[in-house]
Amino acid sequence: MFDTSMQPGTFLFEAWQARWSLMSGLGVTMSSSVLTIIIATIIGTIFGVALSYGWWWLRALIRLYVDLLRGIPVLVLILFTYYGLALFGINVPAFWAGVIALSAFATAHVAENLRGAVQSVPAGQMEAAKAIGLRFGQRLRYVIVPQAFRRMLPPWVNTGLEVVKGTTLLSVIGVVELLLSTQQVVARNYLIIDFYLLATVMYLVINLIIAQLGALLERRFSYLRY
Amino acid sequence: MSDQPLLQARGVRKSFGKTEVLKGIDLEVRQGQVVSLIGASGSGKTTFLRCVNLLEEHDGGEILLDGDPVGYRMEGGRRRRLSEARVSAQRARIGMVFQQFNLFPHLTAEENVMLGLTKVLGKGRAEAREIASGWLARVGLAERRAHYPYQLSGGQQQRVAMARAVAMEPRLLLFDEVTSALDPELVAEVLGVMQDLAASGQTMLVVSHEMLFVREVSHHVVFMDQGRVAQEGTPAEVFENPASERLRSFLGRFHGLLGGRAE
Repeated sequence: MFDTSMQPGTFLFEAWQARWSLMSGLGVTMSSSVLTIIIATIIGTIFGVALSYGWWWLRALIRLYVDLLRGIPVLVLILFTYYGLALFGINVPAFWAGVIALSAFATAHVAENLRGAVQSVPAGQMEAAKAIGLRFGQRLRYVIVPQAFRRMLPPWVNTGLEVVKGTTLLSVIGVVELLLSTQQVVARNYLIIDFYLLATVMYLVINLIIAQLGALLERRFSYLRY
Repeated sequence: MSDQPLLQARGVRKSFGKTEVLKGIDLEVRQGQVVSLIGASGSGKTTFLRCVNLLEEHDGGEILLDGDPVGYRMEGGRRRRLSEARVSAQRARIGMVFQQFNLFPHLTAEENVMLGLTKVLGKGRAEAREIASGWLARVGLAERRAHYPYQLSGGQQQRVAMARAVAMEPRLLLFDEVTSALDPELVAEVLGVMQDLAASGQTMLVVSHEMLFVREVSHHVVFMDQGRVAQEGTPAEVFENPASERLRSFLGRFHGLLGGRAE
């Protein structure tokens, strides 16, 4: 193994042969991750705000959603979205079924994290914002959410990492993301360890980049102290 | 001074659960007056202040600001709660300075002052910046404009909070024990700013334990006891002729400070 000569059957040769499949797998992993994170951040923020300030029935509804979604394995969610929806005559392409399922999962986490972050902003902040006459939406936008955002960064980065790792589960419903494309390559050349190691390194690099971006943002918002 | 008081409270009641904290408060603040609320902890001073600014909703009686009831309007003889936007508009006419400063930690001193000017009063950024730096200079913090709250001392933070409140040109400015969270050596700088504001004719309703300040600066002093107004009058009347045993014993705690008359 790790023969570096460019002969058929060597890692470098086979990796070159498989470059487009692997790149496309990597692309699918990245695009499904990014889409999921964006969707989950937007909906999760709305849900999190509703969890903190909504009418009691809305809070109860979202609470139910969050607890349900956090209690179900992601794989079950993915299978349900893909096969379950098909039973009702709703045919969602596998990629989108995966993104929907992962988003539903990540939304629950973002919502719960945001609720916790909002609650940790001292009550005096809301009162000071009221006292200068800001309306509810303005109080959230200019005072509460910016502070909650900083507190939410570490768990948000965690959710991002979970999402990237969670995309490997999409291989089960036939989405050719990085793991499945690696499996397909391995099936052709039997370089099992080489290519799984390659995939491992690629996942690691993606997640290291996310973690670094998170650390960068945390430094950027480091003036939020008490 | 016009006939109509700026702030008029009549029989204001407020309960938290089964505990009645305000048992019918009557109080007036006229334009340009400094009115101080004194009394032991738990006498309802802070709760009353919070009712004026709608941080709490009073359960009974009425609070009128320029003749308008705060928090609700009358409709066919019944109270209807005001909309969020109307409540916010009322709050914008009343400034409040808090015990814990409550500066926005993600904004600089200047941005703290500017936020209400731009978002509530709709001023442009340039104009808001000018007003903000003017007020920060007035409270002696011209050099600290670009500092974040964590870079400021407690006294400086409280002065920024006062600039933030007064920059909105409120009809009435509320002070809720604004020196209680400060180290003793920082109290004077905050009281100095309050004195300056009072001298400039700002109408103020002040909850404070700084008896010297209350005696020097107030036009009218209200002693609250167990949710009621127990005695009120000019500082001379309240401090020199305490009518009740409770006021005497309350003032007695500040004995050394006030020069012995309250004994």
